Amino acid sequence: MSKLMKLNLKVWRQKNTNSAGNFEEYKVDASPDMSFLEMFDVLNEQLIETGKEPVAFDHDCREGICGMCSMVIDGRPHGPKQGVTTCQLHMRSFNDGDTITVEPWRADGFPVIKDLTVNRSAFDRIIAAGGFISTNAGNAVDANSVLIPKDVADEAFEAATCIGCGACVSACKNASAMLFVGAKVTQLSKLPQGKPERETRVVAMVNQMDAEGFGACTNTGACAAECPKQIPLSVIANLNREYIGAKMNGK
Amino acid sequence: MKLLSFLFTSSIGRKVLMAVTGLSLVAFLLVHAGINACIFFNDGGETFNHAAEFMAHNWLIRSAEIGLFLGLLLHIVQGLSLTASNNQKRSSKYGASAGNANSKWYSRSMGILGSLLLIFLVMHLKHFWVVSRFTDAIQETAGSTLFDEMVVVFADPLPVFVYVIGCISLAYHLLHGFQSAFQSLGINHPAYSPIIKSIGAGFSIIVPLVFAAMPIAMHLGWIK
Amino acid sequence: MTLESKIPAGDIATKWTQYKSTVPLVNPANKRQLEIIVVGTGLAGASAAATLAEMGYKVKAFCFQDSPRRAHSIAAQGGINAAKNYQNDGDSVYRLFYDTIKGGDYRAREANVHRLAECSTSIIDQCVAQGVPFAREYGGTLSNRSFGGTQVQRTFYAAGQTGQQLLLGAYSGLERQVGLGNVKMYARHEMIEVVKIDGKARGIIARNLVTGELERHFGHAVLLCTGGYGNVFYLSTNAMGSNVTAAWKAHKAGAYFGNPCFTQIHPTCIPVSGHYQSKLTLMSESLRNDGRIWVPKKQNDDRHPNDIPEDERDYYLERRYPAFGNLVPRDIASRAAKERCDAGYGVGQSKMAVYLDFKYNMMQKYGRTEASKLNIANPDDETLIRLGKEVIKEKYGNLFDMYKQITDEDPYEVPMRIYPAVHYTMGGLWVDYDLMTNVPGMYALGEANFSDHGANRLGASALMQGLADGYFVIPITIGNYLSKEIHTKPISTDHEAFVAAEKAANDRIQQLMSIHGTRSVESYHRELGLIMWNKCGMARNEKGLKEAIAEIQALRADFYKNVRIPGSINEFNPELDKAGRVADFLELGELMCIDALNRNESCGGHFREEYQTEEGEAMRDDENYMYVAAWENKGDTWELHKEELKYENIKIQQRSYK
Repeated sequence: MSKLMKLNLKVWRQKNTNSAGNFEEYKVDASPDMSFLEMFDVLNEQLIETGKEPVAFDHDCREGICGMCSMVIDGRPHGPKQGVTTCQLHMRSFNDGDTITVEPWRADGFPVIKDLTVNRSAFDRIIAAGGFISTNAGNAVDANSVLIPKDVADEAFEAATCIGCGACVSACKNASAMLFVGAKVTQLSKLPQGKPERETRVVAMVNQMDAEGFGACTNTGACAAECPKQIPLSVIANLNREYIGAKMNGK
Repeated sequence: MKLLSFLFTSSIGRKVLMAVTGLSLVAFLLVHAGINACIFFNDGGETFNHAAEFMAHNWLIRSAEIGLFLGLLLHIVQGLSLTASNNQKRSSKYGASAGNANSKWYSRSMGILGSLLLIFLVMHLKHFWVVSRFTDAIQETAGSTLFDEMVVVFADPLPVFVYVIGCISLAYHLLHGFQSAFQSLGINHPAYSPIIKSIGAGFSIIVPLVFAAMPIAMHLGWIK
Repeated sequence: MTLESKIPAGDIATKWTQYKSTVPLVNPANKRQLEIIVVGTGLAGASAAATLAEMGYKVKAFCFQDSPRRAHSIAAQGGINAAKNYQNDGDSVYRLFYDTIKGGDYRAREANVHRLAECSTSIIDQCVAQGVPFAREYGGTLSNRSFGGTQVQRTFYAAGQTGQQLLLGAYSGLERQVGLGNVKMYARHEMIEVVKIDGKARGIIARNLVTGELERHFGHAVLLCTGGYGNVFYLSTNAMGSNVTAAWKAHKAGAYFGNPCFTQIHPTCIPVSGHYQSKLTLMSESLRNDGRIWVPKKQNDDRHPNDIPEDERDYYLERRYPAFGNLVPRDIASRAAKERCDAGYGVGQSKMAVYLDFKYNMMQKYGRTEASKLNIANPDDETLIRLGKEVIKEKYGNLFDMYKQITDEDPYEVPMRIYPAVHYTMGGLWVDYDLMTNVPGMYALGEANFSDHGANRLGASALMQGLADGYFVIPITIGNYLSKEIHTKPISTDHEAFVAAEKAANDRIQQLMSIHGTRSVESYHRELGLIMWNKCGMARNEKGLKEAIAEIQALRADFYKNVRIPGSINEFNPELDKAGRVADFLELGELMCIDALNRNESCGGHFREEYQTEEGEAMRDDENYMYVAAWENKGDTWELHKEELKYENIKIQQRSYK
């Protein structure tokens, strides 16, 4: 059993969407083998035992794929390590005696529900606006009848690995959602199946993105640097290209 | 016109306009730096004055100048309003900052760098452009040519300082802006983007350096 | 009440086709008048909701997560089976059907499984049409790999994220219907009560998890697509929120629970490392394509794995099951690992782990091929490792990274340490051929039902079942019921049944909140999990099960006296949500033990120590237990109903992978 680390936490507490929030300080002992969320489990058990209210935070699969966990740790979404979600971040990335600041995703497009929990339904509405291929069950032709070059399939897959966590928005100084939108647009526009509606798709998705209150991209690259799935910045260029093309075609 | 309205209404369209106008300003800078560099012939401004004369009186250049000005204006207005609107997307600010862990400070500071440039630009235009284009008063106020005007202005250390600050702002503004414009226009390719970035970096260093060299050289009397 | 599986008559190969062409339909105009509630938005739920909406029904979909895209289907790694026979290796619908029945140790329903195998091919077509980026060969065709329990390559995959890609496909279809206004989506909502009117399911009571408010929703039919209940074990590969609540409320409202004790323990998971551990992480079964499982031949061997020479390693799966080797089905691989660890051959600090080693295939399989491609004659070991590592990285890179992230060990250098963990539950709500429970109008799809995997599920079959049920089965079979409901006007949610159901739900919440005890919900869950794992886990016996039942009853009584739930009802309160779920697990756990105790045989994932062959293999009792145990809730007790299983197309034999 590894030695326990003593940590000081500064955690954002906010009762609900409409109330103001503030930081509260806690002390917790953690094992280096714990995940960051397990450290929060320990904190919450402590709080419950002492009759205090536990910290509300989103989490589900705890293996880095559902995209539900969402903490900004010392100013960085999903913490200091690259290519991982908060649930995959282990305490061995920190040192004994550290003070760690934990906040929710902050963006007007993602209103806080409580403490570290935010509302990301804007992403669902963006997908509903156009992030799909319009095909009904039963329409499909044989899967091998459309040959897709391996590099195209791989590129589409790389973009498709987005988990919709929103780290890109939270990292961006403009709270822009373009990495998220770019990833979906790239996946679907690269594949032959997605080409027929590529123009209407990109325009609809960008319109919805703008309506949701996300900012414009200024290419700082913070989103891609913080993306736990390491979606590259090129998907935003691709989004821009698709969008300009569609617009110049009068869509 | 409806076809182009997206340049003013959508998040991506507005960035596209920034990129197009930005790149046209980059082209202008190249010409501007080239002509100004003529002073380094150190021939008492003869070559330089000749070139400046040409720029001031060629009708083609003068009409392009209108386009350039329009572009500059759009770049400024759009830039300021975009920055303002982007700054409103996060009402509750972070308590801890990521610092430079995920992005470059100058990439995040384009609004401020641009504003510094704007202040510099106002001063710069007042010094030279207004004088060379709208008045025939050069003879009366200072010397006989634009070159003489430079000699007069840069004798004073304050404008030299402001110009150097302006050039540093320009360097960082370009360091981000040059490559960013291509990204905004959808150009990001594993083979070509590194080249664009290298050219951009070279441009952002060399051009402001050339500009900054002028006031310094003149102030120190290296160019007469 | 007798159980009617309503399996249509006729030849198994044409049964489904015939049924599809004769089942009553609902005309398009009437579909618009019919409302369907879909609870859960995983593969089964999202695909069902999207497809039914495409057909014209009015759909309301519910999920407890913040977005339908986060359902735990997203975490499925390895792949999805389909009898496409693209590899020309002799695959066919019959072979997939046969493998699945045999893999399930002859405890699944023939007709359902055959239908599943038939639908499998259309699933791949549908997913590709939706833009699911499956792995491809250089020629542009789809790529396949092998999974346990089969001797053909029929598994389609997208790196180690197949579940994610399939779910995002189904989710995009669902969101498209949301955008078109055909589906109304209720995220962060949990179903906590069924509303029955005149014996038929007519709606649900859902709790808005953000505000705590209870909401009444009417539907002509209710589809439960709520996944499995593996979290009854506390530690499992399931998501933290995965729960049995919706299915359990249906069970309490009269739906029978089928084979609750059939639990799948997945052989390749990262071992437990500490008491604070909240979940276990799976390492995909696909790793067994290239990883060889071994333990030292000497007991309590503390040497570093790389220092143990080849002839001192026991590749026990290859030794015991030469025909399938490392690709035996999950139940067999899990039990074999437990057997070795219990006998003192386990590795790692806890000694509760075995090695999964890639070195051999990295060098001899991939390293040599690559060297040959590069025309390197007589490559040395270093070259082989270097070249092979690249191939392994491309195939399993994300899994290797995940392993390293969690354990801080590099699996490219040191063999992985793995141990079995709870992964999937074959049991679930009893359903007939139409996927309808015995409560008319209430359906169960995907992992939430019991029907297709018998006593053990083969790898890459869960995704197949979820999508088959949602895209291709329910859209047809629901017509059989709804065609008779076209005259039913939407029932007002002021109806007394809604009022009563809401009151029942509200009373339960009030009761939980008024306990004001001292122990956290988590601590009860953890304790229940330990009881279940130790006494109703990989190996079970009569004594242990009886003890477990008593212990669970005592724990449940204590829970209602001593649990502490902070916060209040009408706010976002995850502790209260969890309390409701753990309360249901505390009842389910007992039923699982009762079922395990009743089944005096060993089959698939259900291993009763009293019933094993001399070689330690599961010993079935076909004469007495070839039935589905469907349990009816009677308040504090349960009554057993049996659905006899008939095998007319497959010869029953002892399952052998030797």
